[in-house]
Amino acid sequence: MSEPVIFERSQPGRRGVALPPLDVPEAPPLPAEFRRDDLPLPEVSELDVVRHYVRLSQLNFAIDSVFYPLGSCTMKYNPKVHEDAARLRGFQQIHPLQPAETVQGALELMFRLQEALGEISGLPAVSLQPAAGAQGELTGILMIRALHRDRGETGRRVVLVPESAHGTNPATAAMAGFTVKPVRADRAGNVDLDHLRSLLGPDVAAMMLTQPSTLGLFDPNIEEIAAQVHASGALLYGDGANLNAILGKVKPGESGFDVIHINLHKTFTTPHGGGGPGAGPVCASPALAPYLPDPVVGERDGQYVYLHPPKSIGKVRAFHGHFGMFVRAYTYIRSLGADGLREVSEHAVLNANYVRSRLQDLYELPYDRICMHEVVFSGSRQKQQHGIRTLDIAKRLIDYGYHPPTIYFPLVVDEALMIEPTETESKETLDGFIEAMRAIAAEAATDPELLKAAPTTTPVGRLDEAQAARRPDLRWQP
Amino acid sequence: MTTAHPQTTRRSRTSYVPHTEADRRQMLETIGVASIEDLFVDIPAALRNPTLRLPDGMSEMEVLAHVEQLAERNVTVDRLPSFLGAGAYRHFIPSAVWQLVGRNEFYTSYTPYQPEVAQGTLQAMYEFQSFVALLTGMEVANASVYDGASGLAEAMLMAVRLTNRPRVALAASVHPDYLRTVETYLVPQGIAVERFDPAAPPDASGFACLAIQQPSFEGFLVPAEQVGEAAHAGGALFVVAADALSLGMLRPPGDYGADIVVGEAQSCGVPLQFGGPYVGIFACKQKYIRQLPGRLVGGTVDHEGRRGYVLTLQAREQHIRRERATSNICTSQGLIALAATIYLALLGKEGVRQVAELCYHKAHYAASLLTAIPGVRLARPDPFWCEFTLQLPLPPSVVNQKLLDRGILGGLDISDRIPNGWLVCVTEVNSRDEIERLAAETRAIVEGR
Amino acid sequence: MNIPEELGYTKEHEWVRFNDDGTVTMGITEFATDQLGDVVYVDLPPVGTTVRQFEKFGEIESVKAVSELFSGISGEVVEVNEKLGDQPELVNSDPYGEGWMLRVRPSNPAERDNLLSAADYGALTA
Repeated sequence: MSEPVIFERSQPGRRGVALPPLDVPEAPPLPAEFRRDDLPLPEVSELDVVRHYVRLSQLNFAIDSVFYPLGSCTMKYNPKVHEDAARLRGFQQIHPLQPAETVQGALELMFRLQEALGEISGLPAVSLQPAAGAQGELTGILMIRALHRDRGETGRRVVLVPESAHGTNPATAAMAGFTVKPVRADRAGNVDLDHLRSLLGPDVAAMMLTQPSTLGLFDPNIEEIAAQVHASGALLYGDGANLNAILGKVKPGESGFDVIHINLHKTFTTPHGGGGPGAGPVCASPALAPYLPDPVVGERDGQYVYLHPPKSIGKVRAFHGHFGMFVRAYTYIRSLGADGLREVSEHAVLNANYVRSRLQDLYELPYDRICMHEVVFSGSRQKQQHGIRTLDIAKRLIDYGYHPPTIYFPLVVDEALMIEPTETESKETLDGFIEAMRAIAAEAATDPELLKAAPTTTPVGRLDEAQAARRPDLRWQP
Repeated sequence: MTTAHPQTTRRSRTSYVPHTEADRRQMLETIGVASIEDLFVDIPAALRNPTLRLPDGMSEMEVLAHVEQLAERNVTVDRLPSFLGAGAYRHFIPSAVWQLVGRNEFYTSYTPYQPEVAQGTLQAMYEFQSFVALLTGMEVANASVYDGASGLAEAMLMAVRLTNRPRVALAASVHPDYLRTVETYLVPQGIAVERFDPAAPPDASGFACLAIQQPSFEGFLVPAEQVGEAAHAGGALFVVAADALSLGMLRPPGDYGADIVVGEAQSCGVPLQFGGPYVGIFACKQKYIRQLPGRLVGGTVDHEGRRGYVLTLQAREQHIRRERATSNICTSQGLIALAATIYLALLGKEGVRQVAELCYHKAHYAASLLTAIPGVRLARPDPFWCEFTLQLPLPPSVVNQKLLDRGILGGLDISDRIPNGWLVCVTEVNSRDEIERLAAETRAIVEGR
Repeated sequence: MNIPEELGYTKEHEWVRFNDDGTVTMGITEFATDQLGDVVYVDLPPVGTTVRQFEKFGEIESVKAVSELFSGISGEVVEVNEKLGDQPELVNSDPYGEGWMLRVRPSNPAERDNLLSAADYGALTA
């Protein structure tokens, strides 16, 4: 059953692709000090390669085959028209350093996407450059740092991050040279305003806030939080990982955020199979516009041009960003329009609350209130009563044909089970999943060993992660 | 109770939402609220349901026509000879690469958090790590980083962590975007970024690392070995940025002492697509793996002893170590790394070398024709692979404009670095006829015709 | 939960054994290994390092967590358990024996009074 690595299929002399013969005179050989001798790559036929990777693909769960309610990752359906758009020759076969006048269509697309993201976020200064959400965070935090320095406020060395935040938030703040201080949540899961007040001071550069939070909750005190942060001279950074919950329902800029990043691959559905690529544009207030990464796209007399923000933080990667992802996100935004985008968020929230309502009698709901696009349960009841861990519940779901939710995140919830259905799933699909979750809750009581042994329907069972980490085997050896 | 907002009842043409009116009604009843709007009560009323000034939605037919119009306004490099490189390269991509990447099970999966249902992705990543390690001549590699530029920045940060020296040196001949990315990443952390000439490497005793790009931005091969020796003599690490495909022919950096190798693998099966997404490679010596940024896949066994793959050494990463992580990186370039993996498998031992050699010979043929033009000369006497910098007798911007008028995309104007510098790239996709046209037209332009 | 009577403890779940030769041996408690799960890596300082009571001397990683290690006493490291390099699982299987981490020559033996007794530590983790 198990598929050997491609290197093990190698047979000396076999070829996968024929290349044309050299049609120019041969050059003198490269000096030996620069030349490589051995190139130990596999020798396989095209059919070998095709069968091998088709077989590998068949070992995966994917949105196109199963329900995939992986919380925080927003595994919604990726419309197929996006792929046709992104694969147009006019987008695939253009070089990032071509003269601007030869890529007007590409620049117009980028300009219009900047405009649309600025409108959706309420933060009009937009850079598409960051490669993913975490790089967008770094970009935004570096812009905040630059603004403070310009104002002579170099004493602002601290960034506040709620305990429930994605790990990228504190890691980003540290990479930008800041010290991180955690902010506690109150009993309802909102920012503890008293604790926030006690932390704010002349040493704080920014607060990073995910809204809605990683608990799937919209913090109703957002205006008060923003007011406090601003009164202390700090800025409010928004982690836009959960923007898909609030499209057209609230603009982050209007609720007090100074800069946010957007995970295009989540909210605007670009494929990120195997964990990437992402795309992490940042949207900022006019005050931060001079610090945007270089370049951004502007319009001048009907021509689209590169603009160089005067106090730019520089570049966070080569060229302009993940253009292929821009084409998909732009196609999505133009397909949906304002009404369609609002419907996306409304139904994402409807679906999550439906799952919440139908499971909260069997699974512990640490924050018993209306949620946004995702609902976070705790497996604590199953652990206490039956010795069943959230991991067991997740693995058992695989045997029912579902990709498990995100587990053990956020860290502030014991035995967390984070379910994000997304708006593209029908009521029937949710009902099927809910029935599976209910059946598993029953099995936890009647047949706990079944859960502990799961999954049994997959090519491999639970893998020994301790061995993988203790004796790392990270590559094939010739 | 709030009444339903009028906008919730207006239906757009497209939203990929499958709910019927009856579904919505039943679901709201189950939840125990009267309307969808009641689910948004946590948003302060004054902020709720703002106007979104966006164009109306479109049907699939309309939106495709719209983006096709935009695409058609671009001049594509397959319709006219192009000699642009400088970090993004046009190479032949076999049909099998993207047909396989496009398999739904690869394309619409995600980060392999549940290894039992992600063995396909995990094994492909393990193969990617293996290919990168073999190409670079290094012991281990990760499952990719965003791109070559940010990978170089991450490598230099890793060197700072390993040596506890807050000072790095970077060859002045690296790609300018790479240099700017390194500065953006490192300077805010209080790390000094200095530049050096690889022909005369500095005393490395105060530096965390000496870093070069091989070949350099200008296309020339730098005396890498002596930089590595200088780095190690001073207790610094030696960091090399390399183009993955060049390693089909060029000596692997592991052979000449590199401690960390990064670079771009766009040349391996990834279309130009205006600059991204591409895929960064990141390899190092085994002893440094606990300071490696990014995802790693490792082999292991299940309870029945069957071989399988998992994400491993995760305690390095941000989701566990938070502000003490090796990097904030989370996303990898999954699909793009998969494309590079399949490309390298298809081309294989002979094919990868052959592509690299075709590039070498064609670039040298182009250089021989162009330097035969009076007043045109190579900027340096050093060997090169598929790119080289010429000095022209007139501004490259003028030459490029005239070439474009004649249907050719010329080299990159780098006169900001080298007087009248013109960076020309030739790969296996440039035919002899294209190369000869470039030479003939350039000659005509230089000679005022 | 096994909490040997003769050892001293820190609030951070390290144990300290006072050896007859005047040195002390340190490791982490069974409670700590239970919390961590499968230990996969232990990062220890080299022989000759000076450690300080209740300050960080190293790190321990399990599959999905990482924790700092705090010294039970001040002094100079005279021996490191090299076996943990290849077999970090010893910390799980025998935390008070083969899973030991450092042997230290104390600079101020009076610091012993700052440690918790087995009873106090037991109460802390109950």
